[in-house]
Amino acid sequence: MIHIKRLQEDGADIIALIGEIDASSSIELDLAIAKSVGEGFIKILVDCSALEYISSAGLGVFMSYIEEFKDRNIKMVLFGMSEKVANTFSILGLNELLQIGKDKVQAKQIVNEL
Amino acid sequence: MVSTGQFVRTKAITRLLFSVGVITWLALVFTDLSILVSTANNIKPEVPTWLPGIILNLFILSLFYYYKLKIERDEVLNFVDLLWRVFATGLIATVTSLALRLVEFLLNDTKLTTHIIFKDLIYMINLGLMISFLMMAFSAWKRLILYQKSKWLLRLWAFFEFGLLATLFYNSFRIPLVEWLYGTLFGIFVVTGLVLSGNMKWVAFLNFRQKWTSLLLLLLTVFYLLYIFYTNSSLLESIRNVSTYFTDYRYHIFVLSLIVFVTVYSIFSFLVILFNLPTTSVFEQKLEEVVNFQRISQSIQTEQSEESVYNILLETSVSSVFADAAWLEININAREQKLFTYKITDKESHDIINHLNSHNIKGVFDQGSEKTKNLSKHLASLKGSRFRSILAFPIFVKGDNIGTLALLKELPDGFNKEMTKIVSTFSNQAGISIENFRLMEEALQNERYKEELKIAKMVQKSLLPTLLEQDKDFEIAAFSESADEVGGDYYDTLRVNQDMVSIIIADVSGKGTTAAFHMSQMKGIFHSLGQRDIEPDSFMIQANQALVYCLERGSFISATYFVINTQAKKIRYARAGHCPVLYYSASKQSLEYFKDKGVALGMVRNKSYSNFIQAYEFNYSCGDLMVLYTDGITEAKDNKGEEFGYDRLLATVKEVHTLPAKEIQDHLISKLYEFSGTDNIDDDYTTMIVKFS
Repeated sequence: MIHIKRLQEDGADIIALIGEIDASSSIELDLAIAKSVGEGFIKILVDCSALEYISSAGLGVFMSYIEEFKDRNIKMVLFGMSEKVANTFSILGLNELLQIGKDKVQAKQIVNEL
Repeated sequence: MVSTGQFVRTKAITRLLFSVGVITWLALVFTDLSILVSTANNIKPEVPTWLPGIILNLFILSLFYYYKLKIERDEVLNFVDLLWRVFATGLIATVTSLALRLVEFLLNDTKLTTHIIFKDLIYMINLGLMISFLMMAFSAWKRLILYQKSKWLLRLWAFFEFGLLATLFYNSFRIPLVEWLYGTLFGIFVVTGLVLSGNMKWVAFLNFRQKWTSLLLLLLTVFYLLYIFYTNSSLLESIRNVSTYFTDYRYHIFVLSLIVFVTVYSIFSFLVILFNLPTTSVFEQKLEEVVNFQRISQSIQTEQSEESVYNILLETSVSSVFADAAWLEININAREQKLFTYKITDKESHDIINHLNSHNIKGVFDQGSEKTKNLSKHLASLKGSRFRSILAFPIFVKGDNIGTLALLKELPDGFNKEMTKIVSTFSNQAGISIENFRLMEEALQNERYKEELKIAKMVQKSLLPTLLEQDKDFEIAAFSESADEVGGDYYDTLRVNQDMVSIIIADVSGKGTTAAFHMSQMKGIFHSLGQRDIEPDSFMIQANQALVYCLERGSFISATYFVINTQAKKIRYARAGHCPVLYYSASKQSLEYFKDKGVALGMVRNKSYSNFIQAYEFNYSCGDLMVLYTDGITEAKDNKGEEFGYDRLLATVKEVHTLPAKEIQDHLISKLYEFSGTDNIDDDYTTMIVKFS
């Protein structure tokens, strides 16, 4: 089960993920990101501080946007991951493909630098 | 079912009884004549005078059983058939009797006609005809009376039948005629016969045409009966004037009771049918409703589509309430409707729907309504419509209104409460039928999906190798168990040359048939690239390039590829996003996870992937252990939701790192099942253990 909250700060869209992302809830994550993009945001921050678990399907969602974002010059930064979730990202090598910040402050910094 | 042997036997017995009937009748004629002739000439008769009475009773008995077998056992006969049989017997009797009269008339002036022998012969023939006619009618009426029997009715009938048969004895043995006993017995049978004659339930089951036929047949039957009674009594009188020593049926309780009973029942039936005629249509309608209801109920089992359920609902509703036209509007989705019509054009029905909608009539066309509505009063304001009555019903499936049934009549106030109830029941039943139908469809779909999964699982299993490469330098043990849903774990080995063996372990993201499909692609890639002496990183780069074209958005494959060189005792490998290798080094006596980098296959969909993958190299020595696994193992959960995790995996391997590969594997798997506490795993468990020697 995943609960997704969105709020806007300094022109960036912050998507907060609360709970677990498995094969079925990954669809919601996909929808949330697609909606943010659809609304025209070019700075997207994903708050993973309340994310307890993410399955390969959930990782696949992030992965699927990498190229599109690069082409459309949309910046996405993930932040606040627990050690366990960060490990999941790094095993797959996604930490090399995605921008991951330590906290919101750092994430905003990264987004603005890019 | 009556067996053939029994059928043949019954047939033989019927024939026998018929012959007995004919013989007894002949004997009756002979004895009766001889007594009559002797007494008429004042000679003492040679034949005892009680004999004809006994023979008559034998004749009656044989006929009784003859018709019992012929009529009661014949299950094919319907009511009209029975009446027809009685009528036919009456017709034969009457025609024969009339023919005799004609003969008598032609010989009018001769001496013969006035002779006592001739008269008695004519009388005997008529008596025989009358008795067979009566017996026939008796058997037929019995069947009619006992249609829809009760215990009480059966008992009464048994009393009547056996009582009558018992009087045969009374008559046979000439028990001194006591006037009061005779009268009482006769009275009892007349009353019983009258009570029994009240059972007319069969009449209700005749349809209009059958009732008319029955009336005609019964009328003629009654006429024949009266004619035969008249003929016999007049013949009786004329003989009686000459002699009293002959068979006089007037003292025969059985025959007299039968005469009364058969006549009364015939007249009763005639009258009851006559008075039932006006209400027949109602009964027929009720019957049709029942049949229609059954049709709707059964449609679920027999019909091929929802459409045929709709058509049956339309047809049955129309025929049950005699509607002039009807339509069934089914909501395909929020905006689209489909119309099934009966004797009304789509345009006409749309006109009415639009008219009702435009007048903002809250009713059945408003999807929120749950109730049946009589909207007739609103029709009056629609110009040019031929209909004056309309009745509309919502159809519900699982609480959703899926459509509307509307029935129309040209008459004003054409629908009564009864009709509303009936059609309401019909539409409810149709709703249930459609619901069941959809459930069945769903179940079938599920079944198909399960079947597909089964095939996928089979494919997946067949993709895994049955034999793994072995070498004097190492032994490999592998284990893979997949959850109910098909996963995409893959492992394999290939010998490159004498000194080199390549190993792969991979995990395809996602589940089901697509996972199995991607797994087979991975196998293809491994078997083509792994054949050659290829650098692990270039293996991954080429594999990524190949997979980019077939992996859909969001799918990826994690893999680790090893090349073991037994000559140099070193291993080169590349890890593409797969779980880190757990390695025990005998020389360092350390068990740890490799720390290396590499992005999973399919994540970077361009040439830049080479920047994200690299090859690593290490040397192995005897006693070293390499544990490969998929994330199903580290992510296995116990009943509290805690994961097995990397630390527990390491600890478990540490306990047994000195054992052979197979035993390490068994230990790990049993620990894993123990941890999860269930045999129903929700992911795939795959391990591959390489032990060096």
